[in-house]
Amino acid sequence: MADACITFRDLTLGYNSHPAVHHLSGTVRKGSLTAVVGANGSGKSTLMKGVVGMLKPMVGSVTVTPGTRVAYLPQQSELDRTFPARVVDLVSLGLWPKRGLLGRHTAQDRAAVSEALMAVGLEGFEQRPIDTLSGGQLQRALFARVLVQDAELILLDEPFNAIDARTVTDLIALIKRWHGENRTVMVVVHDLDLVRTHFPEALLLARSPVAWGEAKATLAPENLLRARQFHEAWDESAPWCAADGDHDHAHEHDGHGHHHHAHDEAGHAAREKVA
Amino acid sequence: MDALHQFLVAPFTEFAFMQRGLLGAVLLSISACPIGVFLMLRRMSLTGDAMAHAILPGAAAGFLLYGLQIVPMTIGGLLAGAIVALGAGAVSRLTVQKEDASMAAFYLISLALGVTMVSLRGSSVDLMHVLFGTVLALNNAALTLIGIVAAVTLAALAIFWRALVAECLDPLFLRSVSRLDTPVHFIFLGLVVLNLVAGFQALGTLLSVGLMVLPAAAARFWTQRVETMAVLAIAFGLVSSISGLLLSYHAALPSGPAIILSTGILYFMSVLFGTRGVLATRRPRHAHRIA
Repeated sequence: MADACITFRDLTLGYNSHPAVHHLSGTVRKGSLTAVVGANGSGKSTLMKGVVGMLKPMVGSVTVTPGTRVAYLPQQSELDRTFPARVVDLVSLGLWPKRGLLGRHTAQDRAAVSEALMAVGLEGFEQRPIDTLSGGQLQRALFARVLVQDAELILLDEPFNAIDARTVTDLIALIKRWHGENRTVMVVVHDLDLVRTHFPEALLLARSPVAWGEAKATLAPENLLRARQFHEAWDESAPWCAADGDHDHAHEHDGHGHHHHAHDEAGHAAREKVA
Repeated sequence: MDALHQFLVAPFTEFAFMQRGLLGAVLLSISACPIGVFLMLRRMSLTGDAMAHAILPGAAAGFLLYGLQIVPMTIGGLLAGAIVALGAGAVSRLTVQKEDASMAAFYLISLALGVTMVSLRGSSVDLMHVLFGTVLALNNAALTLIGIVAAVTLAALAIFWRALVAECLDPLFLRSVSRLDTPVHFIFLGLVVLNLVAGFQALGTLLSVGLMVLPAAAARFWTQRVETMAVLAIAFGLVSSISGLLLSYHAALPSGPAIILSTGILYFMSVLFGTRGVLATRRPRHAHRIA
């Protein structure tokens, strides 16, 4: 596809030779707004890490169109809230892609930061130390940082956790604004009603992709049922994945591979559907 | 007035060794105190302590080969510090073990090695010298070394300030926008080692970390800005250097411990009276604003 922003080619991501995202293929169109849904442990956050490049694929590849600026808001932020910084310092970090290590922050940059704070409803919070913010205010500040980053691809991992309804509404409005500006946005969401109401597209993961496409169709009851039938726990005696045989042998290096064995049915069905 | 002059200024104008001691301590304060601020903000204050022990075998190797000479002991200390910092850093970055555990392992091995090496050749007096330093016996070579370290430290801080702050505040974010996260971590560890080595001539391996950690810990009780904290830490370091040297001169106390004890007094005063200290945050607050 000519206007692809992210391309997955038989992507398998995981930890300790156990897949967390299993054989995902497909493309995320430039300018699309996709919700990534699935149960806990279904590989949503792992997929995000893979796209940002923090986790290298075990098999296959994920390609972000070269030159795309990426903004990533992780689920488990390593943000140190006790660090002596003000809201404006935190949001100004978003200037990094533009100014880097040594570039001076111009008056225009500072204006962009204030504008971003205004857009998330945090005007007047510039000088507040970050350890005095509530969870929702901090999340707004982090969204302001994403705004300042001015990225073409925006990845948000469970941005609505423990956030009140009004803040969710405000943040959804921001996401829609980004969508309107033709930015590519992927959001990990748990609230399926939210997805049905606000997201044009959805990717349903259960380690393997279960369905991917128009949001309401993806979240159809039969797909959700299939997504529920995967086992979250790692199985140490699980057979080695046969589909890897014709690709990279990343799984098989430690020599534990005994017998090859076909995929579980859900995985196969999903790949057919996605393809 | 004259008595005050006699007490505060005369020791420094009359004796060259006091001037040298003061110059060394001032340079060390300017250089090590801001490093200490980042050490504290990264929750690595005890790592600094561990690093100070870790440079001992290097210094001891220099001592074993060349006697009490500054250049070989410094180079040895630098090498040992670099090996321990890189080794512990690498273990924590490449394996599941966190840096506190790997650092403890590396420094304990290093310390045992160092004490063994010093006792192989030297007397307990030599061991005391290596452990506690002699700020009043700083020669030109030592002062030059401290000066160079201070210049390098300030330059590196100026260049990497934004990355250091970002790596403390939100490391995952820095990793998502830049490849600088790992280099900055090692540059920072390098600066820690460099400053400890510079300090160990003056204050000894055990106390050089004190001038790094204590003023920073004290400054934490006064401000909510990193920049202010660094400046305040330097100011605390300067004040304790001067008062420590005077204390040492008038009361005939060992100079290194006197300086560290002065920072200790500043620390306890800050704990109690700082704007974010015990008294300010614990006093009952019935009065509050409506919003």
